[in-house]
Amino acid sequence: MAYCVIDTGASRSFPAAHALTQGAAEDGEIVVVIGAEVKRGIARIKNPDTRTAVLLELGTECLGVYTGESRGTEGSNVLGFARFRLGDAAPTNLVELVRQPRTGPAALAAAQKLFEDAGLAVAVCNDFPGRIVDRLIRPYFNAALRRLDEGLASADDMDTTLKLGLGYPEGPIALLERTGLAAHFDVTQALYEALGDAAYAPARRARAAKQRG
Amino acid sequence: MAEIRTVGVAGCGTMGAGIAIVAARAGLRTLVYDTRADALAKARQQSEAFFAKSVERGKLTAGQVETILGHLVGTTKLEDFSACDLVIEAVFEDLKVKHALFAQLDGICPAHTLFASNTSTLSITEIAGGSGRDDRFVGMHFCLPAQLMKLVEMSPGLNTSEASFQAAWEFCKALGQHPVKTQDSPGFILNYFLIPFNNDAIRLVESGVAEPAEIDKAIKGAMGYAMGPFELLDLVGMDTQLLLCEAMHGLTHEPRAACPPLVRRMIAAGRLGKKTGRGFHVHKDSKMFGA
Repeated sequence: MAYCVIDTGASRSFPAAHALTQGAAEDGEIVVVIGAEVKRGIARIKNPDTRTAVLLELGTECLGVYTGESRGTEGSNVLGFARFRLGDAAPTNLVELVRQPRTGPAALAAAQKLFEDAGLAVAVCNDFPGRIVDRLIRPYFNAALRRLDEGLASADDMDTTLKLGLGYPEGPIALLERTGLAAHFDVTQALYEALGDAAYAPARRARAAKQRG
Repeated sequence: MAEIRTVGVAGCGTMGAGIAIVAARAGLRTLVYDTRADALAKARQQSEAFFAKSVERGKLTAGQVETILGHLVGTTKLEDFSACDLVIEAVFEDLKVKHALFAQLDGICPAHTLFASNTSTLSITEIAGGSGRDDRFVGMHFCLPAQLMKLVEMSPGLNTSEASFQAAWEFCKALGQHPVKTQDSPGFILNYFLIPFNNDAIRLVESGVAEPAEIDKAIKGAMGYAMGPFELLDLVGMDTQLLLCEAMHGLTHEPRAACPPLVRRMIAAGRLGKKTGRGFHVHKDSKMFGA
């Protein structure tokens, strides 16, 4: 199925050339809007209702910001997506594909196939702040930073324990140092505001990193 | 400190049997105590099967295994631990049960014998408090399955002497294990992070964020983890997750450690995980750890 990409600039999902962006046509049945200016991209789509799927790159915001919501019956040919990425690290191959209660099955299937054909893995979720991965790992990262402050163990011993004990490729402290503590602050602060759950309140070390600039 | 040549392992459940394999494999005379003779016999069979696999895989020779199994002796008499330089307790996670065991051991073992507990959730200081020798007491938390996992979380209690901790640390390294030092704190490192993480994943399902299979796929794809949280939970078992949550939440009162209601409903529905053929996923094979 042919697809086109509307690039509004500064995409976190596709910051560099990728099979998905390189395989795009001038126009197509699927429209993919990437970049930080999604509303501007939406304005450029011709006949959006007639497309098989319209895929919007999301940041920390919900898909409902762009589609509107209606008493739990929202859903159309418009889906959200984000390629998971930690801070300054390169994007992973995991795409979180965001649907709504009444998203059309044809649009969902077409979106999944589009990403998978471009070599990406797709996990489908509903329209919640943080989607799956950020929602799950940010409290864990905050706890790791807090327990480091409290002297539970050294940073190396905490990282080693989680690598040897659970087979994680990298411990939480090394991972946050590599990808940016300030970036963790940004994401977790947004989730804390959206969810109001103290588990997402940025850990002291992340706040200090943000304030250092 | 006296050299550690003879090790006692109290309790021959999955953890105790695994720890005994590690000690015997390191060339130490290893006594395994349990009140149940049939449990000792079963553990012996499992140990023999494990070492037979080691020979098949070329990791050990038949001669080496014969020597190792010669080191490994089961007993129903706690008095036999009078010969031990170090005792590792791996019995039921109940403070009273552990206190009763260590009080007996204190009367049986010589003064130089170090005591260690493999507890995963109880306080080392509290267990040591009933041992009669809290200065010679350390936490040594092995990971399941102990005979395959290198990690050991080691914790000193409040009154553990530096010399005792160092002796236990060197012993752990001599076993070929990888010790890490943690505070005597609920769940130490591994369970402190893992139990709430798994609970958070369950709460995503309860909240309708995504299906378990999609969450597993997302975490593995984004973080490079070998298993997703629901694949791991199905191995752990919902009954065990409930016990872990109750122990952790009871000590910390942290909201993320509280057991999600879905776990109790799954237990009621018989969906314990791999052991019953169905948990968050459906399983055709109910074998655990390749046993």
